[in-house]
Amino acid sequence: MNFTNFGRYILLLKSVFRKPEKLKIYLKEIAKQMDYVGVGSLGLIAIISTFIGAVMTLQIAFQLVSDFIPKTIIGSVNRDSSILELSPTISAIVLAGKIGSAISSEIGSMRVTEQIDALEIMGINAPGYLILPKIISGITMVPMLVIISMFLSITGGYIGGSISGAVTPAEYMQGITTDFNPYTIVVALVKAFVFGFIITSVPAYEGFYVRGGALEVSQASTRAVVISCISILVCDYLVTQLLL
Amino acid sequence: MIEVKDIYKSFSGNEVLKGISGKFEEGVTNLIIGGSGSGKTTLLKCMVGLHQPDSGSVLYDGRDFTPMTYEQRIEVRKEIGMLFQGSALFDSMTVEDNIMFPLNMFTDQTRKEKIERVNFCLERVNLAGKNNLFPAELSGGMKKRVGIARAISMNPKYLFCDEPNSGLDPKTSIVIDELIQELTEEFKTTTIVVTHDMNSVMGIGDYILFLHEGKKFWEGSNKEIAHTDIKELNDFVFASRFMKAAKDKF
Repeated sequence: MNFTNFGRYILLLKSVFRKPEKLKIYLKEIAKQMDYVGVGSLGLIAIISTFIGAVMTLQIAFQLVSDFIPKTIIGSVNRDSSILELSPTISAIVLAGKIGSAISSEIGSMRVTEQIDALEIMGINAPGYLILPKIISGITMVPMLVIISMFLSITGGYIGGSISGAVTPAEYMQGITTDFNPYTIVVALVKAFVFGFIITSVPAYEGFYVRGGALEVSQASTRAVVISCISILVCDYLVTQLLL
Repeated sequence: MIEVKDIYKSFSGNEVLKGISGKFEEGVTNLIIGGSGSGKTTLLKCMVGLHQPDSGSVLYDGRDFTPMTYEQRIEVRKEIGMLFQGSALFDSMTVEDNIMFPLNMFTDQTRKEKIERVNFCLERVNLAGKNNLFPAELSGGMKKRVGIARAISMNPKYLFCDEPNSGLDPKTSIVIDELIQELTEEFKTTTIVVTHDMNSVMGIGDYILFLHEGKKFWEGSNKEIAHTDIKELNDFVFASRFMKAAKDKF
């Protein structure tokens, strides 16, 4: 995003947070979006998180070649990596692809078929009606998905370690329960909140200002995913730097 | 009544509207005509606030729309109905939900009252019983009629139609034109139709404003248009052999 785009993005957000015309209709839209973002992404997040946890266990075990390092460390490293980095960031990047492209295409198609103009003419705040429910669903459902992802990733590590024999279940359990710092959960949830905002607002911006036809909508969708992913990684670094 | 005064609008240094003025009375069908790129859709978008004019004013019954705040514009827009060139129906909603949408947003009517209003609007555009169809299941003419039904659902004082006949066969075009004219007379709306369809010009043009290269070249009624000697207007109206032959005959 150059500065012009960033300025337009901020102005769009200002319109998004105007007072809703009718709260009841917005709440209905928010519930619909929560279902799509949260429930609709649950399966994907579950599969990815479980496998990442399992693979992490195997890789940590592979790298621990010294007999002086206890195997319980595999559980500890897997736990902290999953909570602090893998669950929030990988989930957000996957969701940026799934949800971000859908948001951008939906709003972009509405723009090129004049549906957004129709909303404006009716006297409806189009950014508010179209984008606010998506942002609210993002900042609420992405943290919930991340919590589930953390649990499944650690569980995946347990299953992977047990099946491969890289670590015994007892050692793994001891590892994940030793020296646990609850603050890491707070950091992960802050990240999830920020990422949830990015993966809904950036694609919404790209879709809202699309001009042209089907080709431009698809280009906006691609751009939305790329910018979202880069923004997620930059914010990941910033949040980590600030909070740890 | 809607009045536009000295509207200028340019995009990236390209001047599209060059001082357009005109008065559009209520209860009659007002047409804005002109060739492609003459600025008619831009003028319409300036009138409804989708574009902000560089200078000039748009008055809705004396209320200057251009300097209004967002909240003030919302109040005026509640009195506006608009039919878009591509109908602009919400494709994830049924016909009924499309028409009910503004009622849901801005009224406190009960569901029964809203359904009654939807059915009235659908009957008015001869689409009774099509409540549960989705836009993808409708023909081009039906989409336009649903668009009109949605536009009149809030009893608008001002009705705007952007190329209502584009993509329609001549017979369906006449049906749409007649419907617009009937609704205008019945509800006493100030109706403004942007078109380059000559059947519409001759059939429903109570007041016609002709634009050419962003300027107003002529205004008058469909009865006067055949008797003008303005070259640009004649080149536009009588471009086809058929229209030329018809003019020579009369």
